[in-house]
Amino acid sequence: MSDMRQMDRREFVKLLGGGIVVVVNLGPLTLFNSRDPLDFQRGYPEDINAYLHIAEDGKVTLFSGKIEMGQGVMTSLTQMAAEDLGVSLETIHIVMGDTDRCPWDMGTFGSLTTRMFGPAVRAAAARARLVLTDLASERLGVARDALKVEDGVVFVEADRSRRVSYGELARGQEITHTVDEEAVLRAVEEFKVMGDSPERLDGYDKMTGAAKFAGDIRLPGMLYARILRPPAHGARLTRVDTSAAEAMPGITVVNQGGLVATLASDPEKAEKALNLIEADYELPTPSVDTESIFDHLVAAAPAPNTTEREGDLEAGRAQCAQEFEATYYNAYVAHAPIEPHTAVAELKDGKMTVWSSTQGPFSQQRTIAREIGYDAGDVRVITPYVGGGFGGKVSGRQAVEAARLAVITGAPVQVAWTRAEEFFYDSFRPAAVLKVASGIDGDGKIKLWDYQVYGAGSRGSGVFYDIPNRSVRVYGEWGRAPEGLHPFAVGPWRAPAANSNRFAAEQQIDIMAAAVGIDPLEFRLLNTTDERMLAVLRKAAEVYGWEAATAPRRGGRGRGLACGIDAETYVALVADVTVDPATGHVQVDRVVCVQDMGLVVNPDGARMQMEGCIAMGLGYAFGEEIRFEGGKILDSNFGTYKLARFSWMPKIETAFVSNDALPPKGGGEPAIINVGAVVANAIFDATGARVYRLPMTADRVLAAIRST
Amino acid sequence: MSETIRFILNGSPVTLDTEADRTLLWVLRTDLELTGAKYGCGAGLCGSCTVVVDGAAVRSCLTSLGGVEGKDVTTIEGLAQSGELHPLQEAFRKLGGFQCGYCTPGMIMNAYALLLKGPSPGRDAIVQGMESNLCRCSAYTRIVEAIETAAAELGGSHE
Ligand code: FES
Ligand code: FES
Repeated sequence: MSDMRQMDRREFVKLLGGGIVVVVNLGPLTLFNSRDPLDFQRGYPEDINAYLHIAEDGKVTLFSGKIEMGQGVMTSLTQMAAEDLGVSLETIHIVMGDTDRCPWDMGTFGSLTTRMFGPAVRAAAARARLVLTDLASERLGVARDALKVEDGVVFVEADRSRRVSYGELARGQEITHTVDEEAVLRAVEEFKVMGDSPERLDGYDKMTGAAKFAGDIRLPGMLYARILRPPAHGARLTRVDTSAAEAMPGITVVNQGGLVATLASDPEKAEKALNLIEADYELPTPSVDTESIFDHLVAAAPAPNTTEREGDLEAGRAQCAQEFEATYYNAYVAHAPIEPHTAVAELKDGKMTVWSSTQGPFSQQRTIAREIGYDAGDVRVITPYVGGGFGGKVSGRQAVEAARLAVITGAPVQVAWTRAEEFFYDSFRPAAVLKVASGIDGDGKIKLWDYQVYGAGSRGSGVFYDIPNRSVRVYGEWGRAPEGLHPFAVGPWRAPAANSNRFAAEQQIDIMAAAVGIDPLEFRLLNTTDERMLAVLRKAAEVYGWEAATAPRRGGRGRGLACGIDAETYVALVADVTVDPATGHVQVDRVVCVQDMGLVVNPDGARMQMEGCIAMGLGYAFGEEIRFEGGKILDSNFGTYKLARFSWMPKIETAFVSNDALPPKGGGEPAIINVGAVVANAIFDATGARVYRLPMTADRVLAAIRST
Repeated sequence: MSETIRFILNGSPVTLDTEADRTLLWVLRTDLELTGAKYGCGAGLCGSCTVVVDGAAVRSCLTSLGGVEGKDVTTIEGLAQSGELHPLQEAFRKLGGFQCGYCTPGMIMNAYALLLKGPSPGRDAIVQGMESNLCRCSAYTRIVEAIETAAAELGGSHE
């Protein structure tokens, strides 16, 4: 460690008002390595990922750039710190997602928080405890081994009256310590199940309405803005007349650099003024729509990236007794958090502060700075509670709009998107076409897997079945789609691409099992030797009470099975459905979900995520589909865009394959990846009909039934 | 045109001089700074703005201020009594009937009105009564459990 850094640290702890600071510094091997040059400007030591501060009054604060959007990390991170530091949960205060107070972070997504961040927090807490115990041993004149820690107090085990509190120990200190990669890896190894699921720290405030989301921030003189929106993506504004809006009392009208907005002290008034604005647009001729998009995706796709290649497809064909070819389709879907994108921006003494509903405060800080021409150091993003993200709250459009309007008007400004704006500017999960050719030999062994995915991307397309001849070709990743492939923005949506890939792959597996007359579970067990997969499949079968039977059994009731790997977590699902043959309506009666997610830090939290995944997954399985004509989005509210709701809910049972030797793996996404597939397989069992297109609306199910 | 509008809000009388055609949701959230009721759709389709007026759940995004003149309005802020959570709030919290918490005020208020109507609804009645409230985090099953638990605890003594 260089002297320079040491000095930085001293300064740093002084800045915090003394006490003890333990910083986490992870090397380039971990996922937080993409350092941001801004760190240098903020006067932070340049290499910090998180830090823990024990103040002179004994208060403990954990600073993390992560944000809380419902996944419960506020509680799980605090819980981990409390455990290793030896203090009660209430003693620790956590500051999250504030770019001025927290060290840089890449953003909260991809089920990474607990998996990657947890061990770091634990290592920091363990180190702090060590430092404090050393200080106590000096102070009390007792060897460290003779000391114990309980609730933030160090005492002599043999004589409890000889004690000193963390606060007393921190007083007058200016100590910094660093835990590095090695310490963190050690923490990973020692990571024990906490077993215990404490009540959520954000629970009370979320029950009483006191919890603040970005739209709940109130500043003196704040104006509510409404912004003029084009009727379609790609539309060009040719004429705008704001005179009628300007004539309204109490209204500020902005028309600058393509941003046309009305602002007032009451959002409804701003809305009324916005409606008075006349605007003409030049619209591009729509080239694709909800139905023609699939041909377009195949025709316009970029060259494939071969992500898996094994054996020889031709040789594989020769070994097959039966071959199967199918094409599967998936729609664009919206993130549709109930909280639309919202931001409040305030400019004060040359500093721009933005309260934003975002999954990436630090990337937003940079975007805002760039767009308003400020130094990033003069922009602060604060993240209040976020009302759901699912990968959709990454870009910072609304925050930039609020910041621009605050600069222009000089007043604090709130931009809160309407539901229609939310549907318009969302970065949708891309539509997808999946072409699969596969084959089995006379013993039911899969010999051929020729898999092509267009539009969605590679996640979830990996083959864990033992197939000697296989090829997986990915035509375009969602994050790198060429211009013109999609008619609007696309982006990550809870386990991006995996929902499409599993829908195709796990149905294809079932098709083969049915053709060869083998029970779907048996068929999977026969075709994989992956121990973790075998374990989740067996456990799911056990929890469900699986009895061997070949699908389809027909009769309107059926069960399905599907499995997969996501974020290094193994997951298997079994579902029961009832299908109404007259209407095509499908009711899911029961879902069993089993995960091997490595060490489970907070079992109840993990179950909650699994249940949420399954419930949300039913939305994309049955209802969710963005309909469009070129850049025009036809769905603007929940009346036509169907989310899962109460009556759709099955009985959900969750279980784990315990695997404590493995560090924690992702929990926020894996359970959603198979929901489409498991339901489709159950519909097949119930009716003998295959549904190849998501969402499986009643009409589509009915059409499939009628065509069998 | 401004007029004087009076109603009872969380047990206390409120007088406002403003336009009667303004939407209750925005009056609550701006003039009265009660930000518990949330905007989710503005069209009566999600329920996150739900408040209780004279014992019935209403979508405050579709209710005019004039419509509550002389009535009794309860919002999520009025449910806990001197810091003590209502059994519904307690059950939502304990049983994890929330994730991001954005739909939660609307869910709880809708459930509150449901239990006012019939203190011990069965599971089906709960599902039916809650059907038009959306939770994107999809905490649905735990929300139903929370309502069942609270109903059992209230044991018909709900008010
Ligand atoms: S905001 Fe009122 S029902 Fe959605
Ligand atoms: S808890 Fe997030 S929308 Fe319901």
